Amino acid sequence: MTLWFWIIVACVVGFLTKLVGYLVPRKWLTNPRVARIAGTLTIGLLASLTVANTVATGQTLALDSRLGALLAAGVALWLKAPFLAVVIVGALAAAGLRLLGFP
Amino acid sequence: MPTSLRQSPGAKVGLSIAVATGLYGISFGALSVSSGLDLWQTWALSLLLFSGGSQFAFIGVIAGGGTPIAAASAAALLGIRNAVYGMQMNVLLHPSGWRRLAAAHVTIDESLATSTGQTDPVEQKRGFWVAGVGIFVLWNLFTVLGAVAGDAIGDPKQWGLDGAAVAAFLGLLWPRLKSREAGAIAVLCALATVLAVPFVPPGIPILVAAVVAAAIGWFGYRSGPADEGMEPDIDPYPPTGSPASHTDDSGRTAAS
Repeated sequence: MTLWFWIIVACVVGFLTKLVGYLVPRKWLTNPRVARIAGTLTIGLLASLTVANTVATGQTLALDSRLGALLAAGVALWLKAPFLAVVIVGALAAAGLRLLGFP
Repeated sequence: MPTSLRQSPGAKVGLSIAVATGLYGISFGALSVSSGLDLWQTWALSLLLFSGGSQFAFIGVIAGGGTPIAAASAAALLGIRNAVYGMQMNVLLHPSGWRRLAAAHVTIDESLATSTGQTDPVEQKRGFWVAGVGIFVLWNLFTVLGAVAGDAIGDPKQWGLDGAAVAAFLGLLWPRLKSREAGAIAVLCALATVLAVPFVPPGIPILVAAVVAAAIGWFGYRSGPADEGMEPDIDPYPPTGSPASHTDDSGRTAAS
């Protein structure tokens, strides 16, 4: 039940954030600091989520097949593969490494 | 004179970006159910939150064992850029009444990028609505398809779905690493995450990284381009010219 509650909270907050842009005076959001933080937050959070999903298992750090998935996805992106192909490459790399006996 | 809708360049780009973006809803759906959300919770995120980065953030925190409140916080922080997009779209559209609510809901990276890539105000409007509503419909359709498929397979690890999640986050990050400085922010926040993992509960390291990122933005706001980090996941207007060899100074190949 708490999961549902926080899903709804995230949805309401997400919508209100979008709506704020249409309602507040223009100068608030053209403030260079606000625009800059919106950008650095986006980069920082995505980098953090990438790494956390690669090496964190609960509160321990682990190097396993997910690291192979990260490298394979990086190569796919470097070769300009489309998003969906990158995701599939990541899955194949992790599944393949596990078949070979890696954790 | 505006062209008819059938020949509208804004609508054409909007439609193709809707198909490309909508399709990857399938990966969101599959990853969401493997992270522990059920089909309805997964669909609720696509229907009501409707912002790819925030949705992936929510399930990414849950998959790592984080609390729902940490997941909601990460999603909320990742959605802040949508407020800046909303302001930009308000200038172009001036929507009122129910249109304002609808426009706000479909204000995401791709609808903004499609719209601002057009010069004619009519095409800017068409591009925004076609991309926004098109992605909304297809994203929800493919989310449900992905969730059903994800439910049908057995052990998500055996299928490498944890590797798929890693790849998805890297894929979302990649188009935003256009400058050296963006790369430096990413490395610093990644480092902060790794250092925090052993000491705080799951999900919190992501919020620690958010504090680091916000501090960089707050204190160094003059040092980088104002629109850094605000690139769409799929670029509606990919750079043309040599199709497979465009790189920038960071050595990264341009988003395609």
